[in-house]
Amino acid sequence: MEDFDAAFAIAIGMIGSADPALLEIVVLSLKVSAAAVLLAALVGLPLGALLAVARFPGRRAVVVALNALMGLPPVVAGLAIYLLLSRSGPLGELGLLFTPGAMVLAQAVLIAPILAALARQVLEGLWEEYAEQLRSFGAGPWRAVPSLLFDGRFALSTVLLAGFGRASAEVGAVMIVGGNIEGFTRVMTTAIALETSKGNLPLALALGVVLMAIVLTVNAAVQVLRDAAARRAA
Amino acid sequence: MDGAAAAARDLRPSQAAGIPAEVPLRSTILPLRVEGLRYAAGGHAILHGVDLEIAAGPPTLVVGPNGAGKSVLLRLLHGLLTPAGGRIAWAVPFDQARRRQAMVFQRPVMLRRSALANVVYPLALAGLPRAGRAARAREALARVGLLHLAERPARQLSGGEQQRLALARAWALAPELIFLDEPTANLDPAATRAVEAIVQDIAAAGTKVVMTSHDLAQARRLAGDIVFLHRGRVIEHAPAARFFAAPRAPEAAAFLRGELLA
Repeated sequence: MEDFDAAFAIAIGMIGSADPALLEIVVLSLKVSAAAVLLAALVGLPLGALLAVARFPGRRAVVVALNALMGLPPVVAGLAIYLLLSRSGPLGELGLLFTPGAMVLAQAVLIAPILAALARQVLEGLWEEYAEQLRSFGAGPWRAVPSLLFDGRFALSTVLLAGFGRASAEVGAVMIVGGNIEGFTRVMTTAIALETSKGNLPLALALGVVLMAIVLTVNAAVQVLRDAAARRAA
Repeated sequence: MDGAAAAARDLRPSQAAGIPAEVPLRSTILPLRVEGLRYAAGGHAILHGVDLEIAAGPPTLVVGPNGAGKSVLLRLLHGLLTPAGGRIAWAVPFDQARRRQAMVFQRPVMLRRSALANVVYPLALAGLPRAGRAARAREALARVGLLHLAERPARQLSGGEQQRLALARAWALAPELIFLDEPTANLDPAATRAVEAIVQDIAAAGTKVVMTSHDLAQARRLAGDIVFLHRGRVIEHAPAARFFAAPRAPEAAAFLRGELLA
């Protein structure tokens, strides 16, 4: 238990002193995860909405595959992006490997299936309610996609939070494509992994406490915004 | 080109700038002729060959006991269901007829937006220019007495207000024909009166109303002609006064006496 006590003391000390090195890591973590959620949302949410409204042969197989991809191991996603971005890889020209950009890409690949699968689930219920009315208005499935995304916005904010949680918590993908370079690609999770491997357990645990505090703050902020918006427009 | 023809031409959503503020005075999509219309779901036949002609004029009320196939008939005519057989022929090609009709459902589907945005949405789909949509929608809300609730989230409205909003949403499109599927089935008497008044306004302004109801008193109040549907067939189609005074079919007479039809 001493480790936990020490960890909390260090964590509070770090937050209190606004340690610049810590701040840098925190800010990069937030930036990478937020950018990854944004990128993944641009692809995943429309895909999920389309899957909710479209009826085609093999749709069930696609849904099952998408749901399975929610369990994609971060290391595997990281490895795939690593191979794409490495010097000899097809996207090696971009010189993205071991940059925050590569980390964003890897996390986006990781969470896009999560966003798509959850959005499909949420919007399918909405489509069941809307389908007949929208068809009466003359809107086919394609036209329904943006309408569903808009009308499902409150439920989808929770989906985005799930993606953000996954992104900010994972270490495997950002470690492989980012490299945990101090002051450049080091984020909260890779810093925790590093301190753990160095045997500095209280510091590692303290970083974990800080990370959870950040995730909690983000979730609370989104909840407040969402409730305020829902009161105006549910 | 005379004025009426110009107005009729201007109804086409592709020439959306010309969607008139007033509903059309002359119908171009009617008469609607239905021959041998059949429909089945899950191996169970629901309509067995419906023959029907719907002409311009006062509201047509489709009445009959529960399970007669009233809602299915409306959905088939509106193009939401695909017939198993038979013919549905409008006076114009299907696509044109489809754009000049609207439908209001028994349970109104409220988009998760404001009342005003609910009316604007189908106007946008119909191709009305952005600039004209809000004014047109406000006018429709005013006609059903909901203008003061324009900014309220639609799903926070009462059941009666939601149904009036659904009517405004359909009416704003200036359709030549509106299908109403049991629009008062879930409403209290006050809300029912309000909805019926709007239905009468819609009809008086020149839009053909085709409405289902299982409420005979309501049918008496609203109908110009009655289509009596029973077990998936049109048993009788007659002017309302004649139907209520002297129904020809024994099933219709029994239904009017309030007997439970098997």
